[in-house]
Amino acid sequence: MAESALPNMPSVYEPSLFGTYSKKIGMWLFLLSDSLTFGALLYAYSYGRISTADWPTPFHSQSIINATIMTAFLLTSSLTMVLAVRASVDRDANAQRLWLIATMLCGTAFIVLHGREWSKLIAEGLTLPMFPAVPGHAASSEFANVARNVPQFPATFFGLTGMHMLHVTLGVIYLGVVALRRKFIPILLVLWLAAWLGTPSYSPFHYGAHVLLIAAIVCSIILWLKPKLYDSSDVEVAGLYWHFVDLVWMFIFPLVYLMSAKIL
Amino acid sequence: MDTTQMAIVERVAEEHRHHKKAQFFWVWGALLLMTAIEVYLTYQNLPPVKMLTILMGLSLIKAALIIGFFMHLRYEISLMKWLTMCSVVGCLILMTLFYFPDAHRILKLGVK
Repeated sequence: MAESALPNMPSVYEPSLFGTYSKKIGMWLFLLSDSLTFGALLYAYSYGRISTADWPTPFHSQSIINATIMTAFLLTSSLTMVLAVRASVDRDANAQRLWLIATMLCGTAFIVLHGREWSKLIAEGLTLPMFPAVPGHAASSEFANVARNVPQFPATFFGLTGMHMLHVTLGVIYLGVVALRRKFIPILLVLWLAAWLGTPSYSPFHYGAHVLLIAAIVCSIILWLKPKLYDSSDVEVAGLYWHFVDLVWMFIFPLVYLMSAKIL
Repeated sequence: MDTTQMAIVERVAEEHRHHKKAQFFWVWGALLLMTAIEVYLTYQNLPPVKMLTILMGLSLIKAALIIGFFMHLRYEISLMKWLTMCSVVGCLILMTLFYFPDAHRILKLGVK
């Protein structure tokens, strides 16, 4: 069906070689290149693990349960995303917006849970030299020893999961722009202020929150210079990005968490 | 967007209208079930190499379901499917070849 000639096609144009529209091909090319970024990070993590004799397995049952709930949120967000795409091709604007917002909420829940997990690990001593010390928290010997004796672990753990968290954050912003357009900018600014002022100065999220401010500026420029109504192709392309973020987590979750579990 | 692109977008949208919603719920259920199996296995304290093999096998199945159904790749034309998948798998194989000379140490050092 997809390879058949297009009806009412102007004769000056040739049919698409890949049987689909350019935006989608562009997003697939981006995702292919991005998969190599994550591939390299996953290989770095695996290499570190294999080549380090006393690689730690620091994740207790509580961390595993937390990561499982995060995974469930991400998988559910993929379902709501695919329903948003379906609503967009059915030209049901309200349903499209609602499913996109549901996807954003699941993504936000993932980020919040992941942020809490990071903060807990950092407070317990699993940290990087670039992170400020947490005042008033005595670093537990287990995590402090891990960070001191096997620095490859926190380096690859924070590098890999941090890169993924950044992708999820940008995905939520992307969906927000597609769902709400200019109305999303003030929401984004409120989120930036809440994240910036609501986190202590020693938290990496205190400075990381500025990603939201940069995103708000970039989105404002795009939305004011080239305002448009996003159609089903835009929703589908945004969905491709979102499912890719979900896909990557399907490898991070078992490799990083489940294979480093300490179940007593 | 030019006329050609609009015609293609409309045709792709028409194809999407023929996909049954129920299949997406089935895929979602299967993904959740496989995740539950992975977590269950974690609590069984299996030997690490066996555990790694099972987990990576399940992850590949989950990835195939997401790419095929949620990202709609199974509905694309053959050229699109083969080019995208072969290129990324080829690059990952190249990465493995660089990494492989040291990877045999897994047998000596083991994973915990």
